[in-house]
Amino acid sequence: MSVPEALRPNGTGNGNGTTEPIPRPTLANWFNDGWITTKRNLIKIKRVPDILVFTLIQPIMFVLLFSYVYAGSIDIPGSSYKEFIMAGIFAQTVVFGSTYSGSAMAQDLKSGIIDRFRTLPMSPSAVLIGRTNGDLLINGISMVVMMSTGLVVGWRIRSSPLEAIGAVALLLLFSYAFSWVMAFLGMLVSSPEIINNASFLVLFPLTFISNAFVPSDNLPTPLRIFAELNPVSALVQAARKLFGNVPAQSRIPDVWTLQNPELTVLIGVAALLLVFVPLAIRKFSKISSR
Amino acid sequence: MAFIEAHNLVKTYTPRGSGIVRALDGLTLAVPRASVQALLGPNGAGKTTAVKVLTTLVVPDSGTATIGGVDVMRDGDLVRPIIGVSGQYAAVDENLTGFENLDMVGRLYHLGRQESRARAKELIDLFDLTEAQNRPVKGFSGGMRRRIDLAGALVTRPRVLFLDEPTTGLDPRSRLGMWDIITSLVGEGTTVLLTTQYLEEADRLADSISVIDGGKVIAEGTSDELKASIGGQRVELNLVSASDRQKTFEVLARHGNSRPTISPDERTLTVSVVDGPTALQLILAELGASGVALFDAGMRRPTLDDVFLRLTGHAASDEDSPNGTGKKRDTGKKRPNRGRRARDEDPTPSPGAAHTDPDRT
Ligand SMILES: Nc1ncnc2c1ncn2[C@@H]1O[C@H](COP(=O)(O)OP(=O)(O)O)[C@@H](O)[C@H]1O
Ligand SMILES: [Mg+2]
Repeated sequence: MSVPEALRPNGTGNGNGTTEPIPRPTLANWFNDGWITTKRNLIKIKRVPDILVFTLIQPIMFVLLFSYVYAGSIDIPGSSYKEFIMAGIFAQTVVFGSTYSGSAMAQDLKSGIIDRFRTLPMSPSAVLIGRTNGDLLINGISMVVMMSTGLVVGWRIRSSPLEAIGAVALLLLFSYAFSWVMAFLGMLVSSPEIINNASFLVLFPLTFISNAFVPSDNLPTPLRIFAELNPVSALVQAARKLFGNVPAQSRIPDVWTLQNPELTVLIGVAALLLVFVPLAIRKFSKISSR
Repeated sequence: MAFIEAHNLVKTYTPRGSGIVRALDGLTLAVPRASVQALLGPNGAGKTTAVKVLTTLVVPDSGTATIGGVDVMRDGDLVRPIIGVSGQYAAVDENLTGFENLDMVGRLYHLGRQESRARAKELIDLFDLTEAQNRPVKGFSGGMRRRIDLAGALVTRPRVLFLDEPTTGLDPRSRLGMWDIITSLVGEGTTVLLTTQYLEEADRLADSISVIDGGKVIAEGTSDELKASIGGQRVELNLVSASDRQKTFEVLARHGNSRPTISPDERTLTVSVVDGPTALQLILAELGASGVALFDAGMRRPTLDDVFLRLTGHAASDEDSPNGTGKKRDTGKKRPNRGRRARDEDPTPSPGAAHTDPDRT
């Protein structure tokens, strides 16, 4: 049987040898690998309708629901409820947006493609970088959609453009760091459903028992304490402050994290990245699907 | 030094809620360059674990492994560029098209953009994947995924190719196609390590076969060597009436050098013999004298099925008995009848060809 040229291996007389991997500087490879895996996730966003619904439709729906259903009945002294909750909706949406990394890693593990990646001469961080970049893009799109919808229904930025950019940056930074946490957790579980259900069970209380949708002052004491210490509250507070949406007459709880929300978020982001990036990469270099 | 070497690999798992599983229990292998080595074994024998160790996916508890002299565990980074892997389950991205999958793999092997696309295109043509080329893999048949996966393993014309059960779950036509591809790869110097549960597949593709069970190699050699190792020739008789089986059994036992086996339907008896033609003559003369009627009588060489049964010991004791208690356990398996003729006409391994004992999985 004659051998198709395409099947000839490298390193033999007959093969043309051009497909042998070419050694390149490590940094160039690292960028290449990160870009290729990011592209993979961008294609996925384009092809999976659920993701688009979550990225585009749900944020619009949230902004509309909160502005029209609750705004009339919830009274925030010194501000309109519309302006008050917008930071809360932003924070909740991007935090949930970060959970894709968890289910996607679990899914990759289940489908076996992790094994393919791990036998390729690629950087062990690339798959994770591509995945968390995917979340960052999803969250970026959601932010644009939510802010536009917000502006249409009457939300206003009452600070400088620079501060507003700072608010968006903090929201995205936090969600990016959180994506790494989720990616790590996604590699620990045995199925994508588990990570999905678990993140809903944890994130709903975390985002609702906070200052995202109501001022935490009015909560019953145990919930109030939880809400004040909740990192999501710090994130919301930072965004709210930078957008200039903190109600004039509100009393900011006497908790360091809420008094210094921007710094808290930055420290939190750094801590999460420092711990979970190496943890996730180390985990990735050992896992294999069953 | 062989191209792929594994020495005394041990890998244990401790699944939740059960005891320690020794997936590899001292596995040793040596695969010469440009040859096909088959790991033949039932489900749970440790085949996948062995492949995972050699492809840098799993670190064994102990033992050593080298490819081209490079330590697989220590220098995985040097091994990965020269291997191609197609695992037991197709590792493809469901949301990417066939082309995108191959292009992604090419770029992750650090081929240039043009080169990677050209290579993806080339493999699409070669593997008859034009249909899958521009559509997401989601929704394609198992055979199509399998081909994309194999094509992915070949993107860089790797020197070593690992194929874990490459034809399990394929329809007969795809299986033949896969065999052709593997055969053509080998002639050109690719070293192939493949695992299979199908005796036919190992017989047909491999230069050398390692029979593995319980995480270690229990026999190895060429297909012919393995067959010879359990006795060169067999005499096989088909009775007209099952009631003659006891009488026939005694005659065969006298002339053979193994205990005769009786098929589940109690009409086919087989014994291994030293000098085939002479033994056959003597047996036929004796049976003729005592009035036993035969449908068919002949010599055949042992098949790998025989080898496998002998080595693993499963089911053999049931069938040895002249009273044929093998029935209970072996319904549906018709091993002894599957001689060479049958195989040449029907190259598709039947599910029964693989000795998969449900108790062991
Ligand atoms: N990740 C794992 N966790 C627990 N047990 C495992 C794991 N992988 C394999 N095993 C066990 O190890 C043994 C060998 O498995 P495997 O190598 O997949 O065999 P084969 O590929 O020959 O069917 C089986 O008993 C299997 O259940
Ligand atoms: Mg297996």
